Amino acid sequence: MTPDQPTAIAATGLRKSYGEQTVLDGIDITVPEGTVFALLGPNGAGKTTAVQILSTLIEADGGTVRVAGHDLATDADGIRGAIGVTGQFSAVDNLLTGEENLLLMADLNHLPRAEGRRRTAELLERFDLVDAAEKNPMTYSGGMRRKLDLAMTLVGDPKVIFLDEPTTGLDPRTRRIMWDAIRGLVAGGVTIFLTTQYLEEADELADRIALLDHGHIVAEGTSAELKRLIPGGHIRLEFADPDELDQAARTFAGSTRDDAALALQVPSDGDVNSLRAVLDHLDVASIEVTNLTVHTPDLDDVFLALTGRPTEVRSSAGAGHQSAETTDTAADSTTKETVR
Amino acid sequence: MSTLTLAARDSRTMLRRNMRRWARYPAMTVQLIALPVIMLLMFAFVFGQTLGAGLGGPSAGRGDYIDYLVPGIILMTVSASIQGTAISVAMDMHEGIIARFRTMAISRGAVLTGHVIGSFLQTLVGIAIVIGVAFLIGFRTNANAAEWIATIGLLCLFAIALTWLAVAMGLQAKSVETASNTPTLLVLLPFLGSGFVPADSMPAGLAWFAEYQPFSPVIETVRGLLLGTEIGDNAVLALAWTAVIGLLGYFWALKLFRRPPVR
Repeated sequence: MTPDQPTAIAATGLRKSYGEQTVLDGIDITVPEGTVFALLGPNGAGKTTAVQILSTLIEADGGTVRVAGHDLATDADGIRGAIGVTGQFSAVDNLLTGEENLLLMADLNHLPRAEGRRRTAELLERFDLVDAAEKNPMTYSGGMRRKLDLAMTLVGDPKVIFLDEPTTGLDPRTRRIMWDAIRGLVAGGVTIFLTTQYLEEADELADRIALLDHGHIVAEGTSAELKRLIPGGHIRLEFADPDELDQAARTFAGSTRDDAALALQVPSDGDVNSLRAVLDHLDVASIEVTNLTVHTPDLDDVFLALTGRPTEVRSSAGAGHQSAETTDTAADSTTKETVR
Repeated sequence: MSTLTLAARDSRTMLRRNMRRWARYPAMTVQLIALPVIMLLMFAFVFGQTLGAGLGGPSAGRGDYIDYLVPGIILMTVSASIQGTAISVAMDMHEGIIARFRTMAISRGAVLTGHVIGSFLQTLVGIAIVIGVAFLIGFRTNANAAEWIATIGLLCLFAIALTWLAVAMGLQAKSVETASNTPTLLVLLPFLGSGFVPADSMPAGLAWFAEYQPFSPVIETVRGLLLGTEIGDNAVLALAWTAVIGLLGYFWALKLFRRPPVR
């Protein structure tokens, strides 16, 4: 991202309350063209409300919004002509076939008939829905519905796409397919505004990430910048009995012990040298370790550090503990420990 | 393209969508048209002889009663059909696709216009079938071309007015089930009016309601046009009710449609 890059989405001081409840409390968002912006937060943080305002669905109580060069207050239709929205709840017509749904979008985007047919065929192909084209979406799997939903959004060739939790509830394979589709769109110059409660998803896709909590953006930056906001990672050692734990705790100064789990957390930046040092110390002191995990800081830690509580949501990888055999520090799916 | 051309084009697209939905889900349409036909046959052949005698006409029998009955059944066709409108609007609102339409650069009213025109056409089909069946079982009219045109014109206006009201009811409904309940009252209105028996044969309070509720003047006007009975001020009342219902439904529907989605 460069400073002179045109801005696709610019919102300042966005506010929204429902009665007593403040959902968005003055948030600022800037998304340069051709980039992916992720709004990350737990359920009820205000993510969907933000998308609904930016995509012209509901009105904000305060603040200014420009999307794709159009002002929300004066030219909402201009925005509508430039955006595509795929919401959390599938927005397909259940009584029409998949193909008819796409053709409906072509008509509503005022495409010439031949062009509409061409785009429909192309999108069915691209999202692997050719065999299901004649079928009713009610017979589709969750993943197929989501793909049809996204395909419908793409019929109008939008410049800015809002994806509200696009992969919530999808199986890992379909999630990968969605991610690839999103990356493909970005490569084609589209700007993506993504909301997610999956930290891994934001990490995978987004150029910039904002953490939303109780209507406030509590942190914003690249994934690397956010991770730098919190103390480094650690190596977690587990032991068979308390004596081993005692011994290890004496060996590693500055470590944190967890007596209940018979575990010890040794501060580490997670690189190979520090890992080797820890293993050497264990060797010299002849301490038996039953399990070893390398924990590099991830967005979950960032969220915990910034909000003082766990996200309630877990990495979409759903990974359990990494075993000692895979102590590759570069492993991107580190173990989550939302203890405390 | 001008705004108006776009609005027309989007409305046409929405109309096509609604037609297609009915084709996929014909059970409701069939049921809504079957209801007045069944009522017609039931009242003609089960109650017809007795009720006809009660009317005290010249021949005072089933034939007379069928003639008396048909205008009320036609109005029931209208109110049954708009029940379908309310249901399909409510279904739409709960399907999430409306949220998609709202974020697209399409004419704002197109969604509703599509429903209204579609329902209106459906109502016309229903009326045509009911009138066809009525003729088959012996309905006789002395209406001339002008009277037929006036009848159809009034029915069209009244149907459009009620359709807008039904659209508003569908938008207002918290669920599809509620949407199918609310307009049921409208289906009953021809009974509580002069649709099946003369209003003045009812107890005082009910007779007063039956005489002044919106369906009665329309029924009386249609009856006058088709059978040559006294219309009096019913035509004016019918048009006034039509205007009130139509405007109320239209503005209520627009207001509800502009309301942000509740999710």
